[in-house]
Amino acid sequence: MTVNRQTIEELAELAKISISETTIDGVSGHLDDMLQLLGQLQTINTEGIQPMAHPLETQQLLRSDIVAEPNNREALLATAPLTAEGLFLVPKVID
Amino acid sequence: MEWEIVVGLEVHLQLATKSKLFSGASTTFGAVPNTQACAIDLAMPGTLPTPNEAAFRLAVLFGLAVNAKINQHSVFERKNYFYPDLPKGYQLTQLEHPIIGAGIIDITLPDGTSKPIRLHHAHLEEDAGKSLHETSFTASGREMSAIDLNRAGTPLLEIVSEPDMRSAAEAVAYLKKIHILAKYLGISDGDMSQGSLRCDANISVRIKGEQQLGTRTEIKNINSFRFVAKAINVEARRQIDLLEDGGTLVQETRLYDADKNETRSMRTKEVANDYRYFPCPDLLPVELSDEYIAARQRELPELPDARRTRFESSYQLSTKDATQLTGERTTAEYFESVAKQTGEPKLAANWITGELAALQNRAEVSVPQVTVEQLTGLILRVKDGTISGKIAKQLLAQMMDGNDDVDTLIAAQGLKQVSDSDAIEKLVDEVIAANSTQVENYLRADEAKRAKMAGFFVGQVIKASRGQGNPKIIGQMLKQKLNARL
Amino acid sequence: MHQFTIAEIIRGLKNKQFSSMEITRHLLTRITQLDSHYNSFITVTAEQALAEAASADKRLAEGGAPSMCGVPIAHKDIFCTTAVRTSCGSKMLDNFVPPYDASVVASFKHCGSISLGKTNMDEFAMGSSNENSHYGATINPWGNNRVPGGSSGGSAAAVAARLLPGATASDTGGSIRQPAALTNTTGLKPTYGRISRWGMVAFASSLDQAGPLARNAEDVAHMLSVMAGADVRDSTCLNRPSQDYTLGLNKSVNGLKIGVPKEYFSAGLHPEIAVRIEAALKEYVKLGAELIEISLPHTAMAVPTYYVIASAEASTNLSRFDGVRYGYRCNNPTNLRDLYKRSRGEAFGEEVKRRILIGSYVLSAGYYDAYYKKAQQVRRLIKQDFVDAFKRVDVIMGPTTPTPAFALGEKNADPIAMYLQDIYTIAASLSGLPGMSVPCGLVNGLPVGLQIIGNYLDEARMLNLAHQYQQVTDWHQAEAATPAPAA
Repeated sequence: MTVNRQTIEELAELAKISISETTIDGVSGHLDDMLQLLGQLQTINTEGIQPMAHPLETQQLLRSDIVAEPNNREALLATAPLTAEGLFLVPKVID
Repeated sequence: MEWEIVVGLEVHLQLATKSKLFSGASTTFGAVPNTQACAIDLAMPGTLPTPNEAAFRLAVLFGLAVNAKINQHSVFERKNYFYPDLPKGYQLTQLEHPIIGAGIIDITLPDGTSKPIRLHHAHLEEDAGKSLHETSFTASGREMSAIDLNRAGTPLLEIVSEPDMRSAAEAVAYLKKIHILAKYLGISDGDMSQGSLRCDANISVRIKGEQQLGTRTEIKNINSFRFVAKAINVEARRQIDLLEDGGTLVQETRLYDADKNETRSMRTKEVANDYRYFPCPDLLPVELSDEYIAARQRELPELPDARRTRFESSYQLSTKDATQLTGERTTAEYFESVAKQTGEPKLAANWITGELAALQNRAEVSVPQVTVEQLTGLILRVKDGTISGKIAKQLLAQMMDGNDDVDTLIAAQGLKQVSDSDAIEKLVDEVIAANSTQVENYLRADEAKRAKMAGFFVGQVIKASRGQGNPKIIGQMLKQKLNARL
Repeated sequence: MHQFTIAEIIRGLKNKQFSSMEITRHLLTRITQLDSHYNSFITVTAEQALAEAASADKRLAEGGAPSMCGVPIAHKDIFCTTAVRTSCGSKMLDNFVPPYDASVVASFKHCGSISLGKTNMDEFAMGSSNENSHYGATINPWGNNRVPGGSSGGSAAAVAARLLPGATASDTGGSIRQPAALTNTTGLKPTYGRISRWGMVAFASSLDQAGPLARNAEDVAHMLSVMAGADVRDSTCLNRPSQDYTLGLNKSVNGLKIGVPKEYFSAGLHPEIAVRIEAALKEYVKLGAELIEISLPHTAMAVPTYYVIASAEASTNLSRFDGVRYGYRCNNPTNLRDLYKRSRGEAFGEEVKRRILIGSYVLSAGYYDAYYKKAQQVRRLIKQDFVDAFKRVDVIMGPTTPTPAFALGEKNADPIAMYLQDIYTIAASLSGLPGMSVPCGLVNGLPVGLQIIGNYLDEARMLNLAHQYQQVTDWHQAEAATPAPAA
C-alpha cells in the first residue's frame, strides 16, 4: 500500500488542510508507514465480533426540554476573528 | 410513448421542542441573529452535546401515527463536511440506526381515492444555521457572507419515503398528509414560511410499464406545496425531453428556481463528498424502553382518518364536511365541542364549514377566532328563534373581532327577534292597510300564485319590524288574515 | 515551602502554619525564577491566583472550607478557563479566551483551590514528548536534554520541579501515565467517564479522560475527590457521585491478587525497567499480595487499534477549528476554501495534520470496514482480555513505559517509534479502564514508573495499593536537581 500524491491531495481537500509542497513527501511517507502499522489489524480474526464504539456500554441519558442557555452572544462572539452586526463573516459563498 | 414519473420525498420536519436537539438554547423563530446560539451550538472547544428527550418523544409519536416500526435502539452518527453554517464540521444525524423504521402513510388524492405510500424510515438530525449571501459586508475589498447560527441544532425529523409517488399531485397529497399529521400530533408547527417543513424530491422518469427505475435527480430544499408540484413537473419534463432527444441523465443534485420555473444543476464540488459517517463518540446509543413507547401510545390523539370516519358515522356528516372538519386538529376539536354543547352536530358543521370558514379565509387565519361558547350561543339563539339566520351571520362576523357572547350582542343592538304576536299583528294590519292594490291582486290570484305573492307582504312586515320580526310567525299571521278576506 | 505535598499544605493551612497567600506567592516566585528553563507553563495567572488566595484565606478563616481550599495547583491548557487563554498547545487557539470553565476547573474553583496558570502540552494532546507544543518543548527536570513525556508534560514537569504540588492532566492513550513515569510523579487516569469531559478540548472522545498528577498517591486521591463525579453536560460521564478517595488509603493489601501480564515484559522493554518493576512487585508480595501471571493476548494490537480510533475521532473533532467562529484565521482569504485550508494548514502543527489525514483516510469510503470497523472489533477483543483477567485477579501491574525519558529530538524523525512509547498504557485507554503510574526507581538516573491497571471504577483500590507502596518505599520522594535560576 503506497500513498501517492493524489491521495494526499484528496485527503487534504476532504480535511480542508493545505499541505505545503515541501512537506508533502514526508506526509506521504508517514502515511505509508502508518498504513503498514494499521495493517497489522488484518491479522486478527474478528468474525462475528460486535464493533465496540465506546468503552461505556451503557445507554444515553436524555435531557429535559428546558431552555437553559440564555443569550450570551456578546461573550461568545468576542473571540471571533471577523463579525459584523452580531454575524460571523466569511468570504462570500457562491452556490 | 407514455412516460411515468417516479417520485420519492425526503421531508424535513422541524420538531416543536422548546430547546435544541443537543443544547438548552431556545428554538424560537425569528430571534436577533446569534442570540439563540449557545457555546454548544457554536461548537466552542470542549463543549459536548446532550440529547433532548422531547425530540425523541415527538419522533416516536410520528412513528406510532404511521404504524411504523419504532427502533428502540438508535445511534447518532457524524456526517462530516465543511460549511460555514455547520459549526462542528459535522452534522449529528442517524444513519444505520434511525429512530423510526418502515411504515405506511395513506394519502388521499383529489378524486377522493386513497393510496398507501411506504415510509422507508425517519431519523432525527440537527438543522444547520443560515448563511446570508446578499449582504453589504466586505472585508479587504471582498464581499462577505454572514452566518447566523440561531437555527443550528434545531431538531429535525427527516421522513424518507420509498419512490412510490407517480405524479406531482401524489407528492403534494403526501406532503399535505405529513403536514396534517404533524399538526395533529403537535410535533411541529408545520409552518412552511418559517422553514418548519421543507422537502427534497427524488425524481426519475420511465416508460410506463417498465419495472426498473430511471436515473434520478434530487431537487433540494423545496419549501411550499405549490413549488413541490411545479418543481416535480418541470424536472420530469426536462428529463423526458432529454431522454427523448437521446440524451443521458446524470444522477445529481439540482435546485428549483421558482422565478424562472426551472431546475438547474448545483455546482459540483471539487471532490465528490465523502461524508465519513461514524457513530458520534460524544454520545451513547439511545435505548427506549417498552414503557416509554407505551406511554407515547397513550398520548397519541385520534388521527385524522379515524376521526373523519367517526364524524361521518356518529354525526351523520357528509364525507366532504367530515374531511374539512378533520383537516386540522383544532378545528375538529372545536367542532366536537360545539356539536356536543348545542346538541346540533349538523348545524354546527354547517356553521363551521360555511360561514365561519369563509370569515376565517377572509381574515387569513386557520384557527377559529370565535370561541366554542360564542358559536354555541349563536346556534342556540337561531334554534330557539331569538334571532334569524341573517342576523346570526352578522353577529358571527362581529364575534371574529370581539369576545361578547351572543346575548350581549343581541341586547346591545336590540336585535331580538320579535315573536310577540300582538306586536306582529299590529304590523301585519298596517302593511295590509297600506298596500290595498297588492291585496286586491292577491285576492284575485289563484292559489299557486298566492303562495309566491305572500313573500312581498312578509318582506314588508320584516322591514317594518326593522328586521327583527320572526318570519315564520309573520308568514302564518299574514296567511291567516289575507285568506280571511277571500 | 515548595517541598510541601498537597496533604502537607492542607494540614498547614488548617493549622495556620502559613496562609494560602503565602504559599501562592512563594510558588509564583519560584515559577518566575525557574520556568523559563522548564517551559512547563503556557500561561501564568499570577494576579488571578493572588486574588483567589485572598478569598481562600477568608474562607479558611471562616471555617468549614473544603479540604482543597487554598491549595495551589495548575490546569493543563486543554481545560477551558473563563477569561484565561486556553491554547491547547496550538497556534490555532493562541488567541482563544473561553467564556466558560471546564467542569474540572469549576470543581476546583468551587473548592477554593488556587490556579497558578495553564501548563504546557503537546498540541491538542497529540504526542508523547511535549515537543509538539506551539509554545516550545517542556524540559524534563530530570535531565536538561530529556523530554518530560506527553501530552501532559507541562503538568508533570511542573510537579517534578516542585513549581506546584499537583496539576490537572488528561490521558487519551497514556498522556498522564507516561509523563508521570518519566518525571517521577504519580498520575492517575480514572475509569472512562469518571470525570466530566465538559470544557476539556476533545482529542478522541471515546478515549479522553481527565485525571490528576501529583507527588504521591495521597495527593492524587485529594485531587481526584474534587474532580470525579457526575455531570449532566457530558453524556459519557458516569452517573455516579464523587467520593472521598483518601478514606481507603490505609487499608491492608494483604491477600490481594496482582495480575502480571507476560506480554508487558516482552522484547521492547528496557531490561533495567523490568528489574525495577520486579523489585516493586516484590514489595507488594512483602505486603501480603499474591502475584499471578496472566496473559493479555491482544496487547500487540493496542497501538494500531488506538491509532485508527484516536485518529478517526480526532480528524472530525478538530473540524470545528475552521477559522470562522474563534481561533486562528489566515490573512486575507480569497474564498471560503482558501479560508479553511490555509487557516488549518497554517495553524495546525505537523503531527496534528498527520493525524487528521490518517483519521480522514480510515473513515473514508472504501476503507471504513478495513480500518475503522476492524479496529472497533479488535477494541472489543482487547477489552475482553482485561475482562477475562479481572475474573482471576484484583489488579494488574506492569511497566508504564518501555524506556525512561528519551532525548529531545530523538524520536522526531520517526513518529511511529514515538507512538510505541504508549504500548503499555494504550490498552487500558481503549478498554476504558483506570490506569496509574507510580514512581518505582531510577534507570541511569532517570525515573521509571510502575503501572497499576484497575478494574472499572476501582480507583480507590488502586490509590490504596499505590499509597501502601509509597509507605514502604521512597522513590516518589526522589527529587530532580534544580537548575540554576534564569539570569
